[in-house]
Parts: sequence; structure tokens; C-alpha cells
Amino acid sequence: MLRWIVWRDLMLAWRRRSDMLSTVFFFVIVVSLFPLGIGPETQLLRTIAPGVVWVAALLASMLSLGRLFANDYQDGTLEQLLLTPQPLFLVVIGKTLAHWIVAEVPLVLIAPLVGLQFNLDPDTLLILFASLLLGTPVLSLIGSVGAALTLGLRGGGVLISILVLPLYIPALIFGAGAVEASIMGTSPAAHLYLLGAFAIVSSLFSPWATAAALRISLE
Amino acid sequence: MNIYKYASPATFYPVAGKMIPWFAIPSAILFAVGLFVGFFVAPTDFQQGDAYRIIFIHVPAAWMAMLLYVLMAIYAGIGWTFNARLASMMASAIAITGAMFTVLSLVTGALWGKPTWGTYWAWDARMTSTLILLFLYIGFISLQAAIDDPRRADRAGAVLALVGVINVPIIYFSVQWWNTLHQGATIRILGKPSIAAPMLAAMLIMLAACWLYSVAVVLIRLRCIILEREQNASRFAEVGV
Repeated sequence: MLRWIVWRDLMLAWRRRSDMLSTVFFFVIVVSLFPLGIGPETQLLRTIAPGVVWVAALLASMLSLGRLFANDYQDGTLEQLLLTPQPLFLVVIGKTLAHWIVAEVPLVLIAPLVGLQFNLDPDTLLILFASLLLGTPVLSLIGSVGAALTLGLRGGGVLISILVLPLYIPALIFGAGAVEASIMGTSPAAHLYLLGAFAIVSSLFSPWATAAALRISLE
Repeated sequence: MNIYKYASPATFYPVAGKMIPWFAIPSAILFAVGLFVGFFVAPTDFQQGDAYRIIFIHVPAAWMAMLLYVLMAIYAGIGWTFNARLASMMASAIAITGAMFTVLSLVTGALWGKPTWGTYWAWDARMTSTLILLFLYIGFISLQAAIDDPRRADRAGAVLALVGVINVPIIYFSVQWWNTLHQGATIRILGKPSIAAPMLAAMLIMLAACWLYSVAVVLIRLRCIILEREQNASRFAEVGV
């Protein structure tokens, strides 16, 4: 069941590749705008790099959240999924996993490349990659709660950012903190452990919250 | 007497009306007493001079902001699990008062920060988490405002409030987690508090006043919500409200 959901969502995403690419391009463009706005001083750019890349990742992943349930909601698939005998949280885990693979993994892969624009050294690029790899599942998991709550509401796109962005803040603090620690030459391990802890806690709780929210939204 | 009958909005409406003065009047008295003790009885602080006196509103407001969020989440949770309309209405009524206290604690904190730290805003852990708390309140209020069906609004708000309540312990432990310039907690339940007795007394009186004020205002708002949602119920139709 889980595999079927993931496979189905991946196939759907593959047939609409442009959606996936637009998220990646959004991320790259937002990150590239900061040096243009701030100026080309290497030292300054290196200092702001962790925050800029992480904030851009938050915004990019939030943009794609609208697609998590909206299409299935509109064509009625979601209602059928709710009626299946399998527990709803399995469906939610499957859809969230597919969302992570489609929307977040490309960002994680391209992040070291945009990090080069900010003159980060190879070790730091690795930490940036690792922090995003650990942190983006948190974004997908928490974001799925917001996506389920705002399903079918007017102004859902803006509303979801108000609901979800404050909840992203711990991931942002420790994700950017890990990269910053690496730039300063200290160990980023503590930040990465905390990010990992967030990922575990949110994977335990948020599928249930999302399932509950879906039942509320589809009543 | 069956107390559960008061879980019905229509029955609770007149009871709430009778309860309001019992909270509003003591609240006004305690505000007056607390401000008098705070301004005239409590001694001037050795380091901060008279500027510290803003804590008599700042600290109670910050406490209320956090406590009301938890209370709101509890009421929303009760409303969701037991399908109790009145509890959900209570949660919606609390949200605005909680958001107001959050704004109040941020504003008074900024005004206090200027003379003592030399800046209105520092990205200190507690200030930042209070700001996040305000965002959570705004999220709750705007989610409920965006949903037309009141029952769906209640339940969706409950999910959001329960998810967001994870943030409140982070606020509380932030002082230990992040090492910043905010002064450590001066009031401890165990052990001797590190402030003078009149200061503590003024702060606790102000806290009690804020509690009573919150109850009174929440009940007033609850009555408005009941009227708005149950306007078609026969009981109100008869009275012609």
C-alpha cells in the first residue's frame, strides 16, 4: 500500500516534470538574488550563506506544499483514499515521502552548487548538504499538516505560509546553525543531532496530525 | 444538580453573563492595588533604577501569553475529542486575548530593553520565541477566519493549536538552550526568589489581575460567539436578541 502510494505520486510528478523543475529554479533564483541585493563582498556573503540557503529552501518547499493534496482533492481521489481499509496515516506517510522525493531531494542535491556562489569551502558544502538532507523531511512532514488543514480554502496559498513557517523555525535555526558552525570551524555535530531528533519526532507525530486534519477537511 | 447541562451554549450564556462582574470588578481592584504597590511601595532597583518597574506589566503579560496558549490548546482539544461546541468556542475566545497579551509583552519588553540594554529589539531567545508565539496565535486566528463552516474551523484550529503547543516548552527552556543576554528567571518556585518582597507581591497581584481580566474578557467574547453562532436557536429567537 505504502509503496503503491509512493509509486503513484512519483509517476504523477514525473508526468508533470515542469512543476518539479520550477521549484528548483525558484530556489536557485531566490538564492542568487541575495548577492545581487547585498553586494559581492566575499566575506559578507559567506556569513549570510547558511541563512539565505536555508530560508530559500523553506520558501521553495512551502511553494510545493499546495500540490501535496490539492490535485487528489479536486479529482476525488483523496476521498477514495480515505475510504480504503488501510490506516490513513499510511497513505499520508506515502504521500509525504513522495513529496519529499519530488520537491525536497532536488533542492538538497543542488544546494552544494548554489553554495559555491557564496564561496563556501568543500567541508562546509558537505555540512550544508547533510543539514538539508536531515532537515527537509521535517519541512515535508510539518508542511503536510498545513496542507491538509488548508485544503480547499480560499486564499489557501498565503494561509499555509502563515500556519507552517513559524513551525519551521526550529529546523531553520539548527539547520543554518550547523552550516554556520562549520564556517566558524567548530563542530556542527550538535546541530545535526538536533535536526535528526526533529526529523524523528516529526515523523512520529505529524502523519497522525495530517490524517486527522484530512478527515476534518473532507467531512 | 447536573453540571454538564452548562456545556450547552444556550444554558451557559446567561450564566456567563452573571459571572462576568465577579471577575471584572476584582480585576479592576487588583490592577489598582498592584500598580500602587509597584509604583510607590516597591523599592528602586540598584542597577536599573526606576526603569525596571515595567516588569509589573511585562512579566504577567508574558506569563499570560504562554499560559493562555496552553489553555486555548486544551479547550480546543476538549472541543475536538468530546465534540463539545462550548469548549471550541472558548478556544476561539481565548485566542484573541492571548494574542493581545503576546503583543503587550513584546511592546513592554522593547520599551524596557531600550534603557537597560540600549536597544528596542535584540534577537534574544525569549523575545524570539515570544514573537513565534505571536505568529502561532495569528496562524490559529487566521485559519479559523478562513473557514466558513464553524465546526470545521473548530476542529482545524484544534489540530493547529495542539501541533503548536510543542512551541511553548521551547519558549520556557529557551533560556537554558540558547545562551543569550536575557536575564535568567528571577522567580523560582523552589528556593528563595532573588527579588525584594514588595516587588514579588506587586508582580503576583498584577498576575492575578491579568488572570481575572482574561476570564472576564473571554466570557464577554464567548457570549458574542454564542450569539453569533446560535442565532437561529429557538431560545434566542424567543428573547429576540
